[in-house]
Amino acid sequence: MNFNLTKEQEAVRKMVRKFAENEVEPIAAEHDKTHEFPWEVAKKMGQYGIMGIPYPEEYEGAGGDHISYAIAVEELSRVDGSTGVICSAHTSLCTWPIFGWGTEEQKKKYVPDLASGRKLGAFGLTEPNAGSDAGGQQTVAIEKDDHYVLNGAKVFITNGGVADTFVIVAMTDKSKGTHGGITAFIVEKGFEGFSIGKTEDKLGIHASSTTELIMQDCIVPKENMLGKVGEGFKVAMTTLDGGRIGIASQALGIAQGAFDKTVDYMKARKQFGKTLSKFQALQFEMADMKARIEASRLLIYRAANFKDLHQDYSEASAIAKLVAAETAMYVTTKAVQFHGGYGYTADYPVERMMRDAKITEIYEGTSEVQKIVIANKIFGKK
Amino acid sequence: MAYKIIVCAKQVPDTNEIKTNPETGTLIRDGVPSILNNDDANALEEALKLKDAYPGTKITVITMGPPQATEMLEECLAMGADDAILLSDRALGGSDTWATSNAVAAGIRKVVAEEGDFDIIFAGRQAIDGDTAQVGPQIAEKLGVPQVSYVKEFSIDGKEITVKRALEDGYELIKLQTPCLLTAIKELNTPRYMFINGIYKAMKYPIKVWNAADIGVDLNTVGLKASPTNVFKSFTPKPKEPGKKIEGDTDNDLAKNLLIALKKKHII
Repeated sequence: MNFNLTKEQEAVRKMVRKFAENEVEPIAAEHDKTHEFPWEVAKKMGQYGIMGIPYPEEYEGAGGDHISYAIAVEELSRVDGSTGVICSAHTSLCTWPIFGWGTEEQKKKYVPDLASGRKLGAFGLTEPNAGSDAGGQQTVAIEKDDHYVLNGAKVFITNGGVADTFVIVAMTDKSKGTHGGITAFIVEKGFEGFSIGKTEDKLGIHASSTTELIMQDCIVPKENMLGKVGEGFKVAMTTLDGGRIGIASQALGIAQGAFDKTVDYMKARKQFGKTLSKFQALQFEMADMKARIEASRLLIYRAANFKDLHQDYSEASAIAKLVAAETAMYVTTKAVQFHGGYGYTADYPVERMMRDAKITEIYEGTSEVQKIVIANKIFGKK
Repeated sequence: MAYKIIVCAKQVPDTNEIKTNPETGTLIRDGVPSILNNDDANALEEALKLKDAYPGTKITVITMGPPQATEMLEECLAMGADDAILLSDRALGGSDTWATSNAVAAGIRKVVAEEGDFDIIFAGRQAIDGDTAQVGPQIAEKLGVPQVSYVKEFSIDGKEITVKRALEDGYELIKLQTPCLLTAIKELNTPRYMFINGIYKAMKYPIKVWNAADIGVDLNTVGLKASPTNVFKSFTPKPKEPGKKIEGDTDNDLAKNLLIALKKKHII
């Protein structure tokens, strides 16, 4: 067992940190205010290979591993949670299911554009009445001649308004239910009957585009079916298992960013004749935060390592996400507290970080859903 | 047209608060993270831009330093350089600028012997640890090629190069022919980052490590003993005392108070 990162992983951290500090941090507060998607940054992330880290070079990926990918999402999120999830949703939720479940033709057609960042990706599972309870799907896909006709709507879709390529899950046979009744499809933005609905106004991650997707007699060629008929639930669940590594990394990055800002602030801010860093009560709280951050980091790398080794990472990623998301919320709330009145203003980044942290306890499965995944491993599925 | 470019780079400690050994007056590098020298990143970037514009252009980065300088060369490769050479030998240790340029020039001659003439050598203006700005120009002299230092703009058409050389209050517009040596300043460009896929390739790349014998350098011209420059003393200069602030509510008051202050000091 070796807890050291490889030279490559260290270099990825060095590169992405520099990129994040130079390109992302200076504009993060502004994009938080304007809710504008950071197109320029997304384009550059693609050019530098940040949007396709764990995919082979023959598909225009960077040829890296999932620990490097986790590190990249962490470093982006350390300065801006929105940018972190742009990379995470794209890499884990769109490119991965196509790479992992697609035919060679599908992989050749879609993965290079995604892994190089020339095109952005998104994943459509959640519906008004079906989130982690994927069986409640109301979007239907009906076979007709050489294509499927999709009807329904998806909500809360990360990268929804900016993506070119979507992995969409729909019910193909209601009678078969969750297992066997759901099928996944690769849908392009330009397909007939596909459109972007409402853009959500959210508490945080303002620069990330979260929208509704509407399919009204949307024509999807049969060759765009991802996996076999009825395998959609498996496609979705395995995708989410990997996505959780990304979101856990986002949570870790937000926590680390807020922690680092707080350390700087505590060294500078004087009260009662000494800097905040001299108060032991606050030091102990910081020590506690650091312990939680480090625990999250190890859990994430462990889950990512399982994925790289093609071992079962479902429980490991659920544990990592549960712990990292709660750590992000805990640390950012304390960070705001330690900044006092300043922390509550948008003049300091911890205010944004606290708002951004909350979503990590919700999407890619709420903390409660992570507990279901973990509990199922303990007690077996009902 | 494709060019053959050599970039001279140096690994330097990443800090403005460089500590020195009070006895020897040399830098203490232990525990200080090392980086690619800033101006050298600009030198490499200009070479990479040329490679972007003229596919087939080959960039070879050369450095002199201890074995860990390969980390910096890996970074250069991950940014897009094609080849990397480390000149490393105890006999080269402690070299001043004259001795360093002897070694690097010898290394470049070996590159030329193996791969043919170069078109351009890009070097950084100066290294942040020594700030001498001498090694680049000395290499040009020893290789017998024309040089322009402080380059802030560069363009090329075939063999004809046009550069702007920064002066304190303006610039010189200079035309010259390849082969030549140019030293870069930060105004020249914005260095790119490492590419993620470049990182994986760089870590696998067999970086060439040449010792003093490999480059055939005369041992009487390299290393600490051969260096004509000796550090007499190193010290941290005392910071300047803060200036006096003239106060006043109105412009008139400000002007009046300034006049009083100047008269008190018998300046006017």
